[in-house]
Amino acid sequence: MNYDQARYGDDDRNEPLLSEKDSTEVDPGEGSALPDELTRDSLELPGLSEPELARHYTRLSQMNWSVEAGPYPLGSCTMKYNPSFADDVAADPNAAVHPDRDPETVQGNLELLYGLQEYLATIGGMDAVTLQPPAGAAGEFTGIAVAKAYHERNGNDRSEVIVPASAHGTNFATAAMAGYDVVELPSGEDGRVDVEALEAAVSDDTAALMLTNPNTVGLFERDIVEIAEIVHDAGGLLYYDGANLNALLGRARPGDMGFDIMHYNVHKTFATPHGGGGPGAGPVGVVDELAEFLPRPRVRKAGEAGRIGAADGSDTATAADGGALAGHDHDHGNADDNEEGDSYELFDPEHSIGKVHGFSGNWLVLIRAYAYIRRLGDEGLLDASAKAVLNANYLADLLDLEVPYGPFHHEFAATAGERDAADVAKGMLDYGVHPPTTKWPEMVPEAMLTEPTEVENKRSLEDLANAFNEAFADTDEELHAAPTKTASRRVDQTSAARNPRLSWHALDESRNASENANGE
Amino acid sequence: MSGRSAGASGSPFAPHTADETAAMLDALGVDEEADLFDIPDEVAFDGEFGIPQRGERAVVGDLRETFARNDDLTEFLGRGHYSHYVPAVVDDLSSRSEFLTSYTQYQPEITQGFLQALFEYQSILVELTGLPVANCSMYDAATALAEAALLSDRVRSTSGSTVLVPGDLRDGKRATLDNYVDGSDLSVETYPYDDNTADLDALAELVGEDTAFVYAETPTVTGAIEPDLAAVGDLADEHDALFCVGSDPVALSLLEEPASVGADVVVGEAGVLGLPASYGMGLGLFACREEYLRQVPGRLVGESEDADDRRAFTLTLQTREQHIRKERATSNICTNQAWVALRAAMHAAYLGPDGLVDLAEDCVRDAASVAASLDALDGVEAPLDDRHHFREFTVGVDDAPGVAAGLEEHGFAVHTLDDETLQVCVTDLNVDAADDLVAAFAEVTA
Repeated sequence: MNYDQARYGDDDRNEPLLSEKDSTEVDPGEGSALPDELTRDSLELPGLSEPELARHYTRLSQMNWSVEAGPYPLGSCTMKYNPSFADDVAADPNAAVHPDRDPETVQGNLELLYGLQEYLATIGGMDAVTLQPPAGAAGEFTGIAVAKAYHERNGNDRSEVIVPASAHGTNFATAAMAGYDVVELPSGEDGRVDVEALEAAVSDDTAALMLTNPNTVGLFERDIVEIAEIVHDAGGLLYYDGANLNALLGRARPGDMGFDIMHYNVHKTFATPHGGGGPGAGPVGVVDELAEFLPRPRVRKAGEAGRIGAADGSDTATAADGGALAGHDHDHGNADDNEEGDSYELFDPEHSIGKVHGFSGNWLVLIRAYAYIRRLGDEGLLDASAKAVLNANYLADLLDLEVPYGPFHHEFAATAGERDAADVAKGMLDYGVHPPTTKWPEMVPEAMLTEPTEVENKRSLEDLANAFNEAFADTDEELHAAPTKTASRRVDQTSAARNPRLSWHALDESRNASENANGE
Repeated sequence: MSGRSAGASGSPFAPHTADETAAMLDALGVDEEADLFDIPDEVAFDGEFGIPQRGERAVVGDLRETFARNDDLTEFLGRGHYSHYVPAVVDDLSSRSEFLTSYTQYQPEITQGFLQALFEYQSILVELTGLPVANCSMYDAATALAEAALLSDRVRSTSGSTVLVPGDLRDGKRATLDNYVDGSDLSVETYPYDDNTADLDALAELVGEDTAFVYAETPTVTGAIEPDLAAVGDLADEHDALFCVGSDPVALSLLEEPASVGADVVVGEAGVLGLPASYGMGLGLFACREEYLRQVPGRLVGESEDADDRRAFTLTLQTREQHIRKERATSNICTNQAWVALRAAMHAAYLGPDGLVDLAEDCVRDAASVAASLDALDGVEAPLDDRHHFREFTVGVDDAPGVAAGLEEHGFAVHTLDDETLQVCVTDLNVDAADDLVAAFAEVTA
């Protein structure tokens, strides 16, 4: 595909910074109702007229790639097209209320939250869900905090969390943040969890195993039932990283596989525009025994103990039961049983860990997730995973690059082999596609982790494959010179890190410094 | 059947025609998509969630009906979550799909636009806080505070491990902080307020060698402006503890910059710019001194050059981040609030320094004026402290829950703090209804 990205500005720079367009210094204390000692002496900021503002940001937008511009096959990021109607309902002014409103006066919001809790519980095969975590990693943190609280309440202090080597970096960081020692589990030769290595790793110190299934090279952990048994027998909990849930919609449920805790990246699986890196939302689902530890408050129908089919706490198992957490009979009832006229209330789970967000999480993201699930229904959800997996396999089949392991689901890690994956990626930029995630996971050398999602069709996948293959066939010299058609040529990331300039104030300082140096 | 028909089931956002699907399956040598799934029978699911597929119009209609169940109240609510009028152009520009549907800028060459916008956001925060480093967004004020406390645990040069926070800290912040520090050596303790701001004498007693971190807010949770923030900073400094100030960009447009009173870190809620009322969704502000640069949580954008020596921006210092340093990362943050940060920068640039200061001045004057009107009513006292106020203030009445319920019947929502105390927050969005609120107060308290 022919492609040239817009670029603006003169020879020295791109679109000028706001501060270079207009900047004014004012004295806020002048004429203030506040005494002088409470006010600042000076504030220097840009202020643009509306037409200038519109032009500045329109130009910046044109210097930016997006999923609406073309394929964005970043492995493990699930960059799919996001339907506009969900943005529309998220902007409903009636939904825009303050979080401290009396619950009786925001029944509409509570109805949606309750409905989304139900949908997510059913889709994940979980018993109870919190919507509070504002991102997937925040969901991980919440889930591990719940695990910790559960163990502590059972008088069972455990110090380790096991994480497969191929897992998302957030898993390691989360476990460490929660105060756990991280035990890294090497991958087996087939790219999956090595069951023997797992058996050797679990012990009385194991608080949890954090697992993604399918894993980060798109492989389904076929031994999942055995894995769950090993972890549960040791008294540990099994945590599901929901980053790859898009591959499993309607095909398998983490709860049925023996997972006790999971987070959902609703911005990946159920579509919310990623907004340049966020916001997202990372709801957490748990089995009955852990529901009482979830963040407060949760939503329930008035007069109801919790979720339909959920425990009232009477059959709370303990880790000492040995595997009692496995084998739940999750509610298979109708997830769509919200009825008009129901009223909803907030309640605090009995042994809640407290809060993981100042208020109620990323509301606008939750609205979109709910709208998307309602739009797709069973058939749409099932088809989303079908086409995501079909697309990944079709694309992998078209590549000249080697794709180790398999069979894979929604994503695969091709290897650039002797070539530098990052260079191949820069080459791809000139072909009008966004390259995949590169150099990760480490278990594949020069990995190009590719996830086309369900939103590309046959022709689009073929174009994507051409971009891959042509870049891969380019000479090293050509790749080093790439990209040439983007707003910037190859950016020097090393010097940016060595000599950080993180604001326009820093640019001014370094400019002054070099002028002074030149003057001497 | 070839082509997509209006009645086709499946995902409406998967663009495959039946012919394309058949050709792709054929190329892979399988009969149907289900054959591509490598899931053992014992954990396979039949796909029946019981959720019917609905048309777009039906979903939109349903949700509009759902939200219409919310009561239409004029909110005089604040306590950490504030909304100001967001200019329409901010909605318009930020909704451009090139911003809205893009991802983290892992390939800087093709994402210069968003990188520059985030660099500008960081720069605006640097100016407002007076501190040289600002990250390009965190989840909200509560998580930003919690990350700041964890930063003190990483950088502190003393053996201190106590985090000191106001006893009046909002529950959401305190409970989030408690969770975040649970895995560290830190423990959280409170210092008291006197007249709704820091009790300096009590604080002086509490700060000691074991103090790692002292947190103060201005304005405080009740809208009081700290009269002597520098004194709080001095107490922290005497014991080599980090001094962290909580605020927001509108307040910081007018109030003394935290760096000038000794702040090492500034956190707060930046969503007061750019974010509409959103049921508690936020934008975490985080700025700090340069010496903590390599311990800063979250993402940073820096300036550099490209191969043609043109200015270019890139994510930088990524070795702090979880995808590189894993369990030694400075935080587990991956997804952040980039799009909300973009909106905040747009809103700030739209207002400019004069507009920001005017908005902040209105937050002071309108709160004072509404408080005075309420204070003139029999049986109503406002504010309940001898402080300057920003946006909000406390109100004393005989029967706070009763008055709040009465106000709700008149169409107003205010906070109830205890049996005799309410709290009222005034912004540009509700100031036009302030006279009606005062009239309702008069009627309800009569």
